Amino acid sequence: MSHAETMVGAPVQVRGAFGRLLRSELRLQLGRRRNLVLLAGLAAVPLLLGLVLFLTRDTDLAGQGPGFVGKVTENGIFLVVASIFVCLPFLLPLTIGIASGDAVAGEASAGTLRYLLVVPVARTRLLVVKALAALAFAGSAVLAIAVVGLVAGAAFFGLHDVVLLSGDTVPLGVGAVRIAGVVAYVALSMTGLVAVGLFYSTLTEVPVGAMAATVVTAIVSGVLDTLPALSAIHPWLLTHHWLDFAEFLRIEPDWQVVAGGLGVQAAWVAVFSALAWARFTTADVSS
Amino acid sequence: MSTGVLDPARVGQGSGDDTGPLAVRTDGLTKRFRSGQVAVDDLALRVPRGAVYGFLGPNGSGKTTTIRMLLGLVRPTGGQAWLLDQPMPDAGAAVLPRVGALVEGPAFHPYLSGRANLDRLAAVDATADPRTAARRRDEALERVGLGAAAEKRFRQYSLGMKQRLGLAAALLQPRELLVLDEPTNGLDPQGTREVRHLVRELADAGTTVLVSSHLLAEIEQVCTHVGIMSRGHLVLQGARSVLAERGQARVSVTTTTGHVGAAARVLRGLGLEEPVVDGLRLDAPVDGLAPEDVSAALVRADVPVVGFEVRRPSLEQVFVELTGEGFDVAR
Repeated sequence: MSHAETMVGAPVQVRGAFGRLLRSELRLQLGRRRNLVLLAGLAAVPLLLGLVLFLTRDTDLAGQGPGFVGKVTENGIFLVVASIFVCLPFLLPLTIGIASGDAVAGEASAGTLRYLLVVPVARTRLLVVKALAALAFAGSAVLAIAVVGLVAGAAFFGLHDVVLLSGDTVPLGVGAVRIAGVVAYVALSMTGLVAVGLFYSTLTEVPVGAMAATVVTAIVSGVLDTLPALSAIHPWLLTHHWLDFAEFLRIEPDWQVVAGGLGVQAAWVAVFSALAWARFTTADVSS
Repeated sequence: MSTGVLDPARVGQGSGDDTGPLAVRTDGLTKRFRSGQVAVDDLALRVPRGAVYGFLGPNGSGKTTTIRMLLGLVRPTGGQAWLLDQPMPDAGAAVLPRVGALVEGPAFHPYLSGRANLDRLAAVDATADPRTAARRRDEALERVGLGAAAEKRFRQYSLGMKQRLGLAAALLQPRELLVLDEPTNGLDPQGTREVRHLVRELADAGTTVLVSSHLLAEIEQVCTHVGIMSRGHLVLQGARSVLAERGQARVSVTTTTGHVGAAARVLRGLGLEEPVVDGLRLDAPVDGLAPEDVSAALVRADVPVVGFEVRRPSLEQVFVELTGEGFDVAR
């Protein structure tokens, strides 16, 4: 019981500390029941969509529907794209808004933030880990749709050689790579929204407020994108390039379009990460 | 407030507190909120190493804001703070691993068990050795009497169990300084006794403890030092005896019929305040005078003394005198 005297000097950081922090955060976020329910909800979309299309496949309604939905009955692999297309306007932003808006505000409202900071965890490091966990969750959300879409599509309609938007047919293997490109592009398109949510999350101790603000940002962006009067700012809107994933389904994807869409996301990430950092590293934690 | 505000720096002297090594020190520490409200004003805290420092004051007197500034959670708008001789918040990464803290009640993830919550805190501690994490966690749980409830979700804990888990978190690593903000909140008398026992045990092992409370009685017995906050000011600080001496002693003299006037003259002659006379009893404060000098003077003046009583106010009375009435929130 004389430990107080035996400690001299500053404690040193144990190796692998950042990895332990990150693993703890991922376990906390991905193991949390609310987040699992959100993922399950997203995963249910391709199941339901596939089921509806399967049941109506021999009626007059077959082959109809927006975008990629009409193609699903011909080739199950398109259930992946159709499901993403259906989730993109609202369900994905909602899920990601909840996870990223909760990142810091959730800890603040529970009071656990003050205990993390006095452990201590450096604020910048904590913010980075929170961002990485929110990104991981966003990726998991897109992946959940894709994986369940692929499995359900294969089960309902089978997988065949892929007819691209240009009418060309490529072998299933090549088509699968194209679909993987779609999934990756959509996942990366969510990074801007994650950064926005993270920033809002540093502003408040009320997680629901940060979540709502994040979702509203995505929705407002989508609305502004439909107003021709604002066409000058359209290329810079958060959601403007989300549907550019279609490039991956052309025989010759226009890489400039893809890079442009990802570049806009990078800009949103840069701006809102900087804002989140500036706010979080200077804010008084009084919750 | 009826008493004048004492200069805390001056009060601290005399007890010799400024000369030894300090575990906590603040100079001119001030927090003015954006609303303009001054929560903490020009605070000069002196917590000697090895002390059990009772940080007292009514709710809203600025104790928690002070503690938040000490721990780097809230940025002071003026002044400086040192923990274990290192400046806060700049040296937080180096000094906070040596400091265990309970700040404004326990806070954990409600859907995780007590054990999982401690594992989370151990996992985020860059200085904690992961190989000993499980052992240290179990020891901490046992130490606060939560061994049997470790698997329960935090949500299902009673207020007292939550408080205990907060203490366990503060004890996950060996600490040189413990900052415990209202550790007895929500505990029953038995739990309060256990916390006092724990604090004494830690202090005996050499840990400095800064323990705050709005209830003097709960921590009075374990403190070696006290600091009393009122409306953002430190109105008294020093060794525990300083607090006891703060209260003015009064003498009460009972004499026989016909000698009340003579007794009053003696008391006046000693320079005491005009005594309050009640029948054969005279009552006066003994300002800066030893009570035995009073009795001797009475005897010399041939005043028959049938009763002589010296009364010192309890610490509680001094505390209330310094901070105002017990129940009203300071602002």
